[in-house]
Amino acid sequence: MLDRQFRTMTGSLPLIMPSLMTMQGDEKGYSAAPHHDSAPAKSKLLVQSFSFFYGPTQALFKIDVDIPEHQVTAFIGPSGCGKSTLLRCMNRLNDLIEGARHEGDILLDNQDIFSPAIDITHLRKRVGMVFQKSNPFPKSIYENVAYGPRLQGIKQRTVLDGIVEHSLQGAGLWEEVKDRLHKSALGLSGGQQQRLCIARALAVKPDVLLMDEPCSALDPIATGRIEELLFTLKKELTIVIVTHNMQQAARVSDWTAFMYMGQLVEFGLTKQLFTAPTQKQTEDYITGRFG
Amino acid sequence: MSLRHFDEELAELKATLVRMASLAEDQIDQALSALTNRNSDQARQVIERDHKVNALDVEIDEECLRLLALHQPAARDLRLVTTAMKISTELERISDLAENVCERTLELNEEPQLKPYIDIPRMGSIARTMVKESIDAFVKDDSTLARKVLANDDLVDDLMEQIFRELLSYMIEDPHTTTRAIRLSFIAKYLERIADHATNIAELVVYLVEGKIIRHTTPTQSV
Repeated sequence: MLDRQFRTMTGSLPLIMPSLMTMQGDEKGYSAAPHHDSAPAKSKLLVQSFSFFYGPTQALFKIDVDIPEHQVTAFIGPSGCGKSTLLRCMNRLNDLIEGARHEGDILLDNQDIFSPAIDITHLRKRVGMVFQKSNPFPKSIYENVAYGPRLQGIKQRTVLDGIVEHSLQGAGLWEEVKDRLHKSALGLSGGQQQRLCIARALAVKPDVLLMDEPCSALDPIATGRIEELLFTLKKELTIVIVTHNMQQAARVSDWTAFMYMGQLVEFGLTKQLFTAPTQKQTEDYITGRFG
Repeated sequence: MSLRHFDEELAELKATLVRMASLAEDQIDQALSALTNRNSDQARQVIERDHKVNALDVEIDEECLRLLALHQPAARDLRLVTTAMKISTELERISDLAENVCERTLELNEEPQLKPYIDIPRMGSIARTMVKESIDAFVKDDSTLARKVLANDDLVDDLMEQIFRELLSYMIEDPHTTTRAIRLSFIAKYLERIADHATNIAELVVYLVEGKIIRHTTPTQSV
């Protein structure tokens, strides 16, 4: 099912473009700007009684979850539990699937993302996505990052240079590629390519970054780099990550949601969920006693 | 599947801890018997045996660290491994205190008995039961039993207070009794500490079973 979705999406790449990149936002960068963890977290994405159907098959059952701003929220659960489906609903990537429909709401900053008033291109600019497999364009490193801003009509070289450097720094890749910006992106290692995809997503200054198994194709060192990156990035954005790797969820996330068969079984602080989960199903899953 | 193997390893860890607990309980029994019967040989045996408990403490620590590093347990499994590590420290201290009781016993046995020992063995027996019940609670995953242990700690504290007053009256009446009275009050203090360690174990068991930390809360909050 997921494979099919992935093919569907890569097949309609131009449609997805806006989610990977898009317009120039405000002047915010991805460098410092301290954020106090102790400050009460404001809701960024609010999923309310959300169900999703692939034709006659119901994939999500009345999900309620409140994703706090400037935090990392991880979705865990066995294959086919609906976590990727939910993630893709958050920037309406599932709109592309024929026969798909939903019930309930997803609010981004209190605004219904399914409202007819929403410009989907604008939504996908605000809610960026990084996929399991790095998918750089067969272009130079520079062009990969500049592609989105260019689509938004930014032509000034100095402005583009600034965005490219900023985004690559944000993705922790700048030092490694600054001397070969105009070489092909396909010459980068797997981990570098994935960070390039993150830089590409950052170039359009999203509010939310959705990450679907972003490290599953990477070695532990490349994985470690991306995980480190999340701690920096969350100061500026809200991150939602789907992962099969429970240790990863435990390491990087502030909140964890455990899903099973289209239902949200448990949602809570990561430190609580991994030490003393309240639901037996969660306990069984995270201790590997599932089924 | 590797999981069944991990379950076996956890079961083994629990078994080692229970073995250590029964050794520590035996140390308390022997120490109390050495004291009441003024048996110096027995006291020396307790002192000599303490290293066995220490060795198990190290063994359990190493095993827990290995399980944490290799299996990265979560949830209940994580609570079991970390709790086992802490319980083993508590048991090691309990055995040290039994050893201390025996050291004072050897000194006391050098002189005539100050008074018949009644309250001290009573206190020792309550403390020993607390240790046993806290370990039973651990074995059975029984947080109700663990909470019962917590309630007994006050009893031991009251006895300690009573013994202290009585010994004080001996010392005031006849300063020649001071050395022995102080030694006895040390012993009472050791037994009171054993009860405290049993309380700690019981609190750890509540955490293990319920995932709730009740340490350092007021008694009303904790029960």
